[in-house]
Amino acid sequence: MIAAPALLRAAPAPVDFGRDILPILSDNCFHCHGPDEKARKAKLRLDTREGALRLKDPVVIPGKSAQSELVKRITTTDADDQMPPPDSKRKLTPAQIALLKRWVDEGVVWGKHWAFAPLKRPAVTPAGNPVDALVAAMLAREGLKFSPEADARTLLRRATLTLTGLPPAPEEMAAWLADTSPQAWEKQVNRLLASRAYGERMAWDWMEASRYADSNGYQGDDERTMWPWRDWVVKAFNRNLPWDEFTVWQLAGDLLPNATDEQKLATAFLRNHPINGEGGRIPEENRVDYVFDMTETAGTVWLGLTLNCCRCHDHKFDPLTNRDYYSLTAFFNQTPLTGEGRQGQMPPVLRVPPADEVQRRTKVDRSLTEKRQALTTAHAASAQRRPAWEEKFLAEAAVDEWRPLRPQNARAEHSTLSVQPDGSLLNSGENPDKDNYEVTVVPGAGRWTGLRLDALRHPTMTNGKLARSGSGNFLLTTLRVELNGQSLPMTAVAATSEQGTLKLAGVADDGPATGWAVAEGNALDRDHAAVLRFNTPLETTPDTKLTIRLKHESEQKRHHLGHFRLSLTRSASPRLVPTDPALLTALRNANAQRTEDQLKAVAAAWEKVDPALTPLRNEITELEKRRKEIGEAGPKVMIMQDRDKPRTTFILNLGLYNKPGEEVSAALPGFLATLPPEAPRNRLGLAQWIISPGNPLTARVTVNRFWQMLFGAGPVKSPEDFGVQSEFPVHSELLDWLAVEFRDSGWDVKRTLRLILTSRTWKQSSRVTPALLARDPSNTLLARGPRFRLPSWMIRDQALAASGLLRPMDGGGPVNPWQPDGVWEETTFGKKKYARSKGDDLHRRSLYTFWRRIVGPTMFFDTGSRLVCSVKPLRTNTPLQALATANDITYIEAARSLALMTADKPDAAARVDAMMLRVLGRPARAEESAVLLAGMERHRQRFAASPDRAVKFLGEGEAVPPAPERTPELAAWAMTALTVLNMDETLNLE
Amino acid sequence: MHPADQARLHLTRREFFGRTATGIGTAALAHLLGRDGLQAALPPAVSGFPGFAPKAKRVIYLFMNGGPTHVDIFDWKPKLKEMHGQPVPASAISGKRFSTMTGAAGGKLMLAPVEPFKQHGASGAWVSALMPHTAAIADQLCFIKSMHTDAVNHAPAISFLLSGAQLPGRPSLGAWLSYGLGSETENLPAFVVMTSVSKGTSCGQIFYDFYWGSGFLPSRHQGVKFRGSREPVLYLSDPAGVERAMKRDMLDDLAKLNTQKLHDFGDPEIATRIAQYEMSFRMQSSVPELADFSNEPASVLESYGPDVREAGTFAHNCLMARRLIERGSRCVQLMHAGWDQHGSITTELYTQCKDTDRASAALVMDLKQRGLLDDTLVIWGGEFGRTPFIQGNIKDRPKWGRDHHPYAFTIWMAGGGVKPGLTYGASDDLGMDAVVDKVHVHDFQATLLHLMGIDHKRLTYRFQGRDFRLTDVFGEVVKGVLA
Repeated sequence: MIAAPALLRAAPAPVDFGRDILPILSDNCFHCHGPDEKARKAKLRLDTREGALRLKDPVVIPGKSAQSELVKRITTTDADDQMPPPDSKRKLTPAQIALLKRWVDEGVVWGKHWAFAPLKRPAVTPAGNPVDALVAAMLAREGLKFSPEADARTLLRRATLTLTGLPPAPEEMAAWLADTSPQAWEKQVNRLLASRAYGERMAWDWMEASRYADSNGYQGDDERTMWPWRDWVVKAFNRNLPWDEFTVWQLAGDLLPNATDEQKLATAFLRNHPINGEGGRIPEENRVDYVFDMTETAGTVWLGLTLNCCRCHDHKFDPLTNRDYYSLTAFFNQTPLTGEGRQGQMPPVLRVPPADEVQRRTKVDRSLTEKRQALTTAHAASAQRRPAWEEKFLAEAAVDEWRPLRPQNARAEHSTLSVQPDGSLLNSGENPDKDNYEVTVVPGAGRWTGLRLDALRHPTMTNGKLARSGSGNFLLTTLRVELNGQSLPMTAVAATSEQGTLKLAGVADDGPATGWAVAEGNALDRDHAAVLRFNTPLETTPDTKLTIRLKHESEQKRHHLGHFRLSLTRSASPRLVPTDPALLTALRNANAQRTEDQLKAVAAAWEKVDPALTPLRNEITELEKRRKEIGEAGPKVMIMQDRDKPRTTFILNLGLYNKPGEEVSAALPGFLATLPPEAPRNRLGLAQWIISPGNPLTARVTVNRFWQMLFGAGPVKSPEDFGVQSEFPVHSELLDWLAVEFRDSGWDVKRTLRLILTSRTWKQSSRVTPALLARDPSNTLLARGPRFRLPSWMIRDQALAASGLLRPMDGGGPVNPWQPDGVWEETTFGKKKYARSKGDDLHRRSLYTFWRRIVGPTMFFDTGSRLVCSVKPLRTNTPLQALATANDITYIEAARSLALMTADKPDAAARVDAMMLRVLGRPARAEESAVLLAGMERHRQRFAASPDRAVKFLGEGEAVPPAPERTPELAAWAMTALTVLNMDETLNLE
Repeated sequence: MHPADQARLHLTRREFFGRTATGIGTAALAHLLGRDGLQAALPPAVSGFPGFAPKAKRVIYLFMNGGPTHVDIFDWKPKLKEMHGQPVPASAISGKRFSTMTGAAGGKLMLAPVEPFKQHGASGAWVSALMPHTAAIADQLCFIKSMHTDAVNHAPAISFLLSGAQLPGRPSLGAWLSYGLGSETENLPAFVVMTSVSKGTSCGQIFYDFYWGSGFLPSRHQGVKFRGSREPVLYLSDPAGVERAMKRDMLDDLAKLNTQKLHDFGDPEIATRIAQYEMSFRMQSSVPELADFSNEPASVLESYGPDVREAGTFAHNCLMARRLIERGSRCVQLMHAGWDQHGSITTELYTQCKDTDRASAALVMDLKQRGLLDDTLVIWGGEFGRTPFIQGNIKDRPKWGRDHHPYAFTIWMAGGGVKPGLTYGASDDLGMDAVVDKVHVHDFQATLLHLMGIDHKRLTYRFQGRDFRLTDVFGEVVKGVLA
């Protein structure tokens, strides 16, 4: 793995342990002689100096390679002694053997793996941009030179795409070309860094790193609303939030003293993990998975460590132990999550109020105040109408009374029903699945209008509730009053509670299918009542006998009433809620004799029912409702929070949730550092260490990713792994210098990017000679500028922007742009339907596209899966991608729009130039123009031969030219535009 | 593979294109890229495979998603019938973990197979009456009745079987094959996936695309999912109104423009771009041709059953699979959902068997008649089995079910280097544990690679500083099933 740098090196430098030796040992020896104690053979470890230089059975004698066992073993041909053993399929090259020999002869100088060694600023020649000084020094050593600077147009396109993900607009290009001031380039870079699009571009990579999605993943794949966090990321980049704060807020914003909502919102980073709601999953197993995910994501993003190996065992190569891993998980193991459930707004959550909430609330509050005042004013007039109401109320109240019935006889089919001293009925004895009651009463003479049933609790019922059923609930299927064997028709009026479809009305018919029950839960802890009205008032004489039947014939077992009372009324309108006795007393007093409280009560009672005030009262009710809704609106974002009572963390055997081993407490990996004693043992302590100067990794890992964004690959080619197995960076000094500069600048992201973008190194042309290509195919040495395929999302954004279709968006919920029909439906068996957006939402930046985790947007290729953290760009050349950019309706719309936008050009050649200028920032070269113009003419002839094809091609989709413009000519130009949108140069950063 | 080798291969390809760019003209370039040549082979990404003469050159994996109930279909247990309705013996379940739907299995009642079994063919393989077509070809098949796995829920278990790890993110089997062996065609993807779902199933598992992902391998090795309806490949159709000739014109123009750029700039990736667009053009014809069954003899269509004419069915996909491997695809993975009978052993299991039995058997015989079975491996099986005891109430026959069971299950293989008419391994009397010649998932994977001419310990990829392989650090080739 060090073959490349070794080849590139002209003169042999002294052996450097971290660069030259450690990779050989790690690759070939550590598997059996490394940090993993369980896998260690012959008690020999070569990952520590003490181990390699052990005195008992020594294997290495400093300065004496010929006498060192290690050298003998790697040079012998005896299969029994040979190292690495032949069956390991590992073999040292002669160059590697030579290096090891030299290392021993040079005295076995030990060192640390370079990335774990403290970060120090390398010395740089003071003149010019230090980036260039460091690269120039390397190129000089390699006998190479900088390539010439890229031409001005290429540069601006390169910078604009790099920093904003969009192509430069023609007027921006013109302004830059016209600017002859010495600071012209810096001005352009600053302009781009200050644009809103900058934050959106930076946010994409962070979405991939944080495995952001708009749904949970797994079965069900319920939606979530994490997008306010995505919008926060855009804003944080735009206002250049220093990287240390950016880090601390996302890892532990909730734990900061007096944490703001913004700081809490930032912690959604950790909660972006998938949620598994598959039936049959063990919640604790899920929870443990979430904790692993948080730990490993943080480990990759900030430390560049591949922690996941250590779930099961000590790391094979890095000095990371199984215990280190679980000690790290202890930081993330403290949320109140249980792992249960599948909803996408699983607490702890933060409600993010819509931007206009304050205005809306103020407006409603103002209206409320006005209306309440108006009501108070209206009360004066209302008071004059009160005496008439009082009179009527008292008259009605006189008969508004329920007369409890004292049954003469009561019996149940199976159990016992006994009349209690207070006239109520109590069920006891046998407790069959179903039972029916018959009660005989003689109410005395009267004209009765309604029947009331009180369902009462009793200590002998299930948990002291309403019946002897499992839940304590009853289900009355029929309630019938009979006079001389004739059933009296009744209508349900009201009940204190009704359970779902089990309404009171169901008792008035005869069937067993319908009936009345009260809701489950708390509702069973109180008495209930129901009122029915006789359809025709019932006239009785003093000895009229009534039979009342109560039936319980549902499938619900033992749901018969346990304790109840029956009453009749003569009120004109039988009501459930009786008149408040206190109010009645007050009303019976003459106005002058009423106490202060009584006066108030009477006035309030009247004002509540005064019909003249009804409209005003309704308005107030409506406003109050709206006020409440305003307080609840807005997405809820899942955030971090620690439990009051800490959860104990264990080493989990093989990573299994149910195989806890030794207990561990929150700690840093021992080989890196230990937390200072005063630091909190929680995520905040971890975050603060991450941004502390004592951490050698975070600054390196972060600037490496910036470099990767700018050049296609970082000095370290494995952005996810800075461990011992990572390739030693050829430009290690450059990486370290940038890392120190970044950290010491106050973690200033924009400044760091500006530094690189204004360097000669970055501004080089990416044109390559065969000689240089042969010498350095992947541009490791940086003797030319970057050239690499744009990410697919950027290709889409570029097409939309160049064709004038792109619609800006100030954050907000995700959109559903064009996607072939049926993709979600097919994957989810029709459970999730893709509701394609309309109008402007078809043409937003890709960042705002809804990301369904189980079936990601089809128009993007080579993106992170959003299942796990992803920090390394993929660049493949699947033909499917070519199919998309040539056939997808989005690109057809863009091509058409581009053709229309350039229709005002005086001639065909100018039109081709205008297209190229919008897409590539430059006019066409003569030979390109020739190809495109000839192609356009061929297309025109074909469309002219079948004009209906032109109409179809131009008419599909939403962004369509008006019917009269759907000509063969425009169609041909649209094909030409589509060709430009598919050129290699268009698809590449150059 | 060692990174240095990875880089060298990369370099070779670049050198090749580099030379092309500077030395050979556009016409020759086009020829080399196989615009006119049919079935030009695409080289593997890594050298050295197959490492020995392969028995199978391609594989069709009929993946039965949801966990087919081994004790009802293939694994005949008379004892289970005897013990019907009796509590599961404590010794049989001690220390075992089941899904939370079962929880503690103690006291669950044993459930007899729902249909009678009979021995079939000269080999005398036991097959349930639920699978008459499979029974009829029993002498072509090699049953492994001692499979066992580590995972108890669908997604982890499927991921484990197809990628060797329970969590998503590792390359799947087909991706490894594409990586190691390349493709025999440039007109179609090396690794194709198609999905279908049993008719009228109440329980549909979702097909996650990591089931055919390339993990850390270059993403060109990832399975290309052909859809069951509309276009088999997304964005395959030309835009409305655009005829083929226009697209050809456009690609010719693009090739000219890109070749100009290649000469000017020297980046060999530009040549790859030209190739990429050319293959996309070829796929626009090859895929519709693939999906056009009009030239299939009536007798062949008939053998797969009436569903074969309906896109998106398992039968249709089986015929697509045969046509794909005929045209050079390396690995075709059909995933059929609906085997998750938690409460439908007496109902949905019947439909499920009906949906898959006939077409699976027809595929094997179709391959055989065309002489393709000799070097094509067909595999039938799911991610785990189902509990020999009941899930549900034994008195409520219409709702009988069985829960997930990782401790024993059955798969069958046919063709490509596998002994036909063999029943390998066995589970215990109750179908509870694999006991004789146990085959772990990693052993199965090692065997599959072996049949393809690959030493499973040698096909590795360096990622995050470690050499990863399909079988993790485990797996032994099951010699007993090799022909």
